[in-house]
Amino acid sequence: MNLRRDVFQAIADPTRRAVLLLVATQAMTAGAIAANFDTARPTVSKHLQILTECELLEQEQNGREIIYHINAKKMKEVADFIEPFRKLWDDRFNKLEDIMKKYKPKK
Amino acid sequence: MERKTKVTAEDGKHDLVITREFDLPVELLFKAHVEPELFEQWMSHEYGTTKVLQLENKKHGSWGFETVDAKGNVLYSAGGVFHEFVPEQKITRTFESANTPFDVQLEFLEFEKITDDTSRLNMHIVFKSVALRDQLLKMPFAAGLNMAHNRLQEVVSKVK
Repeated sequence: MNLRRDVFQAIADPTRRAVLLLVATQAMTAGAIAANFDTARPTVSKHLQILTECELLEQEQNGREIIYHINAKKMKEVADFIEPFRKLWDDRFNKLEDIMKKYKPKK
Repeated sequence: MERKTKVTAEDGKHDLVITREFDLPVELLFKAHVEPELFEQWMSHEYGTTKVLQLENKKHGSWGFETVDAKGNVLYSAGGVFHEFVPEQKITRTFESANTPFDVQLEFLEFEKITDDTSRLNMHIVFKSVALRDQLLKMPFAAGLNMAHNRLQEVVSKVK
Protein backbone atom coordinates (compact mmCIF):
# COMPACT_ATOMS: atom_id res chain seq x y z
CA MET A 1 0.00 0.00 0.00
CA ASN A 2 2.92 2.26 0.79
CA LEU A 3 4.47 1.50 -2.55
CA ARG A 4 1.27 2.46 -4.31
CA ARG A 5 1.27 5.89 -2.69
CA ASP A 6 4.88 6.34 -3.66
CA VAL A 7 4.05 5.69 -7.29
CA PHE A 8 1.60 8.57 -7.26
CA GLN A 9 4.09 10.83 -5.53
CA ALA A 10 6.58 9.84 -8.19
CA ILE A 11 4.35 10.92 -11.05
CA ALA A 12 3.24 14.09 -9.26
CA ASP A 13 6.57 15.73 -10.18
CA PRO A 14 6.62 17.39 -13.64
CA THR A 15 10.29 16.52 -14.35
CA ARG A 16 9.66 12.88 -13.53
CA ARG A 17 6.61 12.85 -15.78
CA ALA A 18 8.76 14.32 -18.56
CA VAL A 19 11.39 11.59 -17.97
CA LEU A 20 8.69 8.90 -18.22
CA LEU A 21 7.38 10.37 -21.47
CA LEU A 22 10.90 10.51 -22.89
CA VAL A 23 11.84 6.96 -21.91
CA ALA A 24 8.44 5.69 -23.10
CA THR A 25 9.47 6.55 -26.68
CA GLN A 26 12.74 4.63 -26.40
CA ALA A 27 15.04 3.04 -23.80
CA MET A 28 17.94 5.36 -22.91
CA THR A 29 21.07 5.73 -20.81
CA ALA A 30 21.10 8.14 -17.86
CA GLY A 31 23.39 10.48 -19.84
CA ALA A 32 21.05 10.59 -22.82
CA ILE A 33 18.09 11.30 -20.53
CA ALA A 34 19.96 14.08 -18.68
CA ALA A 35 20.93 15.69 -22.00
CA ASN A 36 17.23 16.47 -22.55
CA PHE A 37 16.96 18.56 -19.38
CA ASP A 38 18.46 21.83 -18.20
CA THR A 39 18.49 20.39 -14.69
CA ALA A 40 21.85 19.40 -13.17
CA ARG A 41 22.90 15.81 -13.81
CA PRO A 42 22.73 14.72 -10.10
CA THR A 43 19.14 16.03 -9.94
CA VAL A 44 18.19 13.93 -12.95
CA SER A 45 19.94 10.94 -11.36
CA LYS A 46 17.86 11.43 -8.23
CA HIS A 47 14.65 11.45 -10.32
CA LEU A 48 15.78 8.26 -12.09
CA GLN A 49 16.48 6.65 -8.74
CA ILE A 50 12.97 7.48 -7.45
CA LEU A 51 11.33 6.24 -10.65
CA THR A 52 13.34 3.02 -10.46
CA GLU A 53 12.50 2.49 -6.78
CA CYS A 54 8.80 2.90 -7.61
CA GLU A 55 9.29 0.34 -10.41
CA LEU A 56 8.10 2.75 -13.08
CA LEU A 57 11.52 2.41 -14.73
CA GLU A 58 13.66 -0.69 -15.06
CA GLN A 59 17.45 -0.74 -15.32
CA GLU A 60 19.39 -2.96 -17.70
CA GLN A 61 23.17 -3.27 -17.54
CA ASN A 62 24.76 -2.94 -20.97
CA GLY A 63 28.54 -3.17 -20.62
CA ARG A 64 29.59 -0.13 -18.62
CA GLU A 65 26.29 1.64 -19.16
CA ILE A 66 22.89 1.35 -17.55
CA ILE A 67 19.92 1.60 -19.88
CA TYR A 68 16.53 2.68 -18.56
CA HIS A 69 13.30 1.09 -19.81
CA ILE A 70 9.73 1.95 -19.02
CA ASN A 71 7.92 -0.65 -16.91
CA ALA A 72 4.72 -0.91 -18.96
CA LYS A 73 2.91 -3.02 -16.36
CA LYS A 74 3.44 -0.50 -13.59
CA MET A 75 2.46 2.39 -15.84
CA LYS A 76 -0.78 0.63 -16.67
CA GLU A 77 -1.50 0.24 -12.97
CA VAL A 78 -1.24 4.01 -12.58
CA ALA A 79 -3.62 4.57 -15.48
CA ASP A 80 -5.99 1.99 -13.99
CA PHE A 81 -6.37 4.09 -10.88
CA ILE A 82 -9.01 6.39 -12.40
CA GLU A 83 -10.31 3.66 -14.70
CA PRO A 84 -13.12 2.63 -12.26
CA PHE A 85 -14.30 6.25 -12.22
CA ARG A 86 -14.27 6.38 -16.03
CA LYS A 87 -16.02 3.02 -16.19
CA LEU A 88 -18.77 4.26 -13.86
CA TRP A 89 -19.57 7.15 -16.20
CA ASP A 90 -19.17 4.98 -19.31
CA ASP A 91 -21.72 2.47 -17.98
CA ARG A 92 -24.07 5.30 -17.05
CA PHE A 93 -23.79 6.92 -20.48
CA ASN A 94 -24.12 3.57 -22.31
CA LYS A 95 -27.39 3.13 -20.49
CA LEU A 96 -28.52 6.64 -21.39
CA GLU A 97 -27.74 5.91 -25.04
CA ASP A 98 -29.67 2.62 -25.04
CA ILE A 99 -32.71 4.17 -23.37
CA MET A 100 -32.81 7.16 -25.70
CA LYS A 101 -32.40 4.99 -28.82
CA LYS A 102 -35.62 3.21 -27.85
CA TYR A 103 -37.33 6.44 -26.86
CA LYS A 104 -40.46 7.37 -28.76
CA PRO A 105 -41.98 10.83 -28.20
CA LYS A 106 -45.45 10.54 -26.69
CA LYS A 107 -47.27 12.75 -29.14
CA MET B 1 -13.11 -2.67 -25.27
CA GLU B 2 -14.45 0.54 -26.62
CA ARG B 3 -13.50 3.66 -24.69
CA LYS B 4 -16.22 6.10 -25.52
CA THR B 5 -16.13 8.10 -22.32
CA LYS B 6 -12.99 10.08 -21.60
CA VAL B 7 -11.94 11.46 -18.24
CA THR B 8 -9.28 14.15 -18.07
CA ALA B 9 -7.91 14.99 -14.62
CA GLU B 10 -4.56 16.75 -14.56
CA ASP B 11 -2.30 16.44 -11.54
CA GLY B 12 -2.61 19.18 -8.95
CA LYS B 13 -5.76 20.71 -10.45
CA HIS B 14 -9.10 21.03 -8.75
CA ASP B 15 -11.24 20.21 -11.74
CA LEU B 16 -11.88 17.38 -14.18
CA VAL B 17 -13.52 16.95 -17.57
CA ILE B 18 -15.73 14.06 -18.70
CA THR B 19 -16.33 13.85 -22.46
CA ARG B 20 -18.56 11.48 -24.35
CA GLU B 21 -19.89 11.18 -27.87
CA PHE B 22 -23.36 9.70 -28.33
CA ASP B 23 -25.10 8.02 -31.25
CA LEU B 24 -28.03 10.29 -30.48
CA PRO B 25 -29.32 13.61 -31.78
CA VAL B 26 -28.47 16.40 -29.34
CA GLU B 27 -32.22 16.88 -28.60
CA LEU B 28 -32.46 13.34 -27.19
CA LEU B 29 -29.22 13.63 -25.24
CA PHE B 30 -30.55 16.79 -23.62
CA LYS B 31 -33.98 15.25 -22.98
CA ALA B 32 -32.35 12.43 -21.00
CA HIS B 33 -31.06 15.08 -18.58
CA VAL B 34 -34.27 17.04 -18.09
CA GLU B 35 -37.17 14.54 -18.15
CA PRO B 36 -37.47 12.98 -14.69
CA GLU B 37 -38.65 9.54 -15.85
CA LEU B 38 -35.78 9.28 -18.35
CA PHE B 39 -33.17 10.56 -15.89
CA GLU B 40 -34.43 8.01 -13.32
CA GLN B 41 -33.98 5.18 -15.82
CA TRP B 42 -30.38 5.81 -16.74
CA MET B 43 -29.29 6.76 -13.22
CA SER B 44 -30.71 3.58 -11.68
CA HIS B 45 -28.49 0.51 -11.38
CA GLU B 46 -28.55 -3.05 -10.03
CA TYR B 47 -28.04 -1.86 -6.44
CA GLY B 48 -30.64 0.88 -6.35
CA THR B 49 -33.46 2.77 -7.98
CA THR B 50 -33.13 6.49 -8.60
CA LYS B 51 -36.06 8.78 -7.89
CA VAL B 52 -36.18 12.45 -8.90
CA LEU B 53 -37.41 14.62 -6.02
CA GLN B 54 -37.56 17.84 -7.97
CA LEU B 55 -36.24 19.06 -11.29
CA GLU B 56 -37.05 22.71 -11.98
CA ASN B 57 -35.48 23.14 -15.38
CA LYS B 58 -34.85 26.88 -15.32
CA LYS B 59 -32.35 29.45 -14.12
CA HIS B 60 -32.19 29.33 -10.30
CA GLY B 61 -34.52 26.33 -10.23
CA SER B 62 -33.58 23.54 -7.85
CA TRP B 63 -33.04 19.86 -8.49
CA GLY B 64 -32.63 16.77 -6.34
CA PHE B 65 -32.72 13.01 -6.56
CA GLU B 66 -32.17 9.99 -4.33
CA THR B 67 -31.25 6.38 -4.92
CA VAL B 68 -32.90 3.73 -2.73
CA ASP B 69 -32.14 0.02 -2.39
CA ALA B 70 -34.67 -2.82 -2.65
CA LYS B 71 -35.55 -2.43 1.06
CA GLY B 72 -36.24 1.29 0.68
CA ASN B 73 -33.06 2.50 2.37
CA VAL B 74 -31.66 5.70 0.87
CA LEU B 75 -28.22 4.84 -0.50
CA TYR B 76 -27.42 8.22 -1.95
CA SER B 77 -29.00 11.60 -2.41
CA ALA B 78 -27.82 14.73 -4.15
CA GLY B 79 -29.15 18.11 -5.08
CA GLY B 80 -28.35 21.64 -6.16
CA VAL B 81 -29.44 24.67 -8.13
CA PHE B 82 -29.36 25.52 -11.83
CA HIS B 83 -27.43 28.68 -12.64
CA GLU B 84 -27.83 28.57 -16.35
CA PHE B 85 -30.30 26.58 -18.39
CA VAL B 86 -30.16 26.84 -22.18
CA PRO B 87 -32.16 24.00 -23.82
CA GLU B 88 -30.06 21.66 -25.98
CA GLN B 89 -26.93 23.69 -25.32
CA LYS B 90 -25.90 24.27 -21.77
CA ILE B 91 -26.64 23.51 -18.14
CA THR B 92 -24.63 25.10 -15.34
CA ARG B 93 -25.47 23.74 -11.92
CA THR B 94 -24.21 23.17 -8.42
CA PHE B 95 -24.03 19.58 -7.25
CA GLU B 96 -23.92 18.49 -3.63
CA SER B 97 -24.05 14.95 -2.25
CA ALA B 98 -25.96 14.73 1.02
CA ASN B 99 -24.28 13.18 4.09
CA THR B 100 -20.82 12.97 2.57
CA PRO B 101 -17.62 14.86 3.35
CA PHE B 102 -17.68 16.27 -0.18
CA ASP B 103 -18.25 19.96 -0.51
CA VAL B 104 -20.51 21.38 -3.21
CA GLN B 105 -19.13 21.22 -6.74
CA LEU B 106 -19.82 23.38 -9.78
CA GLU B 107 -20.71 21.63 -13.03
CA PHE B 108 -20.76 22.95 -16.57
CA LEU B 109 -22.56 20.67 -19.02
CA GLU B 110 -22.24 21.49 -22.70
CA PHE B 111 -24.41 19.71 -25.24
CA GLU B 112 -23.06 19.84 -28.74
CA LYS B 113 -24.49 18.69 -32.06
CA ILE B 114 -21.96 16.78 -34.20
CA THR B 115 -24.28 15.55 -36.97
CA ASP B 116 -28.08 15.13 -37.11
CA ASP B 117 -27.70 11.76 -35.38
CA THR B 118 -24.66 12.26 -33.15
CA SER B 119 -23.79 14.58 -30.31
CA ARG B 120 -21.23 15.27 -27.65
CA LEU B 121 -21.49 15.99 -23.94
CA ASN B 122 -18.75 17.89 -22.20
CA MET B 123 -18.92 17.94 -18.39
CA HIS B 124 -16.52 20.25 -16.64
CA ILE B 125 -16.59 19.76 -12.85
CA VAL B 126 -14.90 22.20 -10.48
CA PHE B 127 -14.12 21.15 -6.89
CA LYS B 128 -13.32 23.20 -3.82
CA SER B 129 -9.85 21.68 -3.56
CA VAL B 130 -7.42 19.34 -5.31
CA ALA B 131 -7.70 16.91 -2.38
CA LEU B 132 -11.50 16.70 -2.69
CA ARG B 133 -11.26 16.09 -6.43
CA ASP B 134 -8.71 13.32 -5.97
CA GLN B 135 -10.77 11.76 -3.22
CA LEU B 136 -13.86 11.69 -5.43
CA LEU B 137 -11.87 10.24 -8.35
CA LYS B 138 -10.67 7.44 -6.09
CA MET B 139 -14.14 6.62 -4.74
CA PRO B 140 -15.16 4.04 -7.38
CA PHE B 141 -11.68 2.54 -7.07
CA ALA B 142 -12.10 2.25 -3.29
CA ALA B 143 -15.68 1.00 -3.72
CA GLY B 144 -14.40 -1.69 -6.08
CA LEU B 145 -11.91 -2.82 -3.45
CA ASN B 146 -14.63 -2.78 -0.80
CA MET B 147 -16.96 -4.82 -2.96
CA ALA B 148 -14.27 -7.39 -3.67
CA HIS B 149 -13.60 -7.54 0.05
CA ASN B 150 -17.31 -7.99 0.90
CA ARG B 151 -17.68 -10.69 -1.70
CA LEU B 152 -14.66 -12.44 -0.23
CA GLN B 153 -16.21 -12.22 3.24
CA GLU B 154 -19.48 -13.64 1.91
CA VAL B 155 -17.68 -16.58 0.36
CA VAL B 156 -15.56 -17.14 3.47
CA SER B 157 -18.57 -17.02 5.81
CA LYS B 158 -20.34 -19.64 3.68
CA VAL B 159 -17.33 -21.92 3.87
CA LYS B 160 -17.34 -21.84 7.69
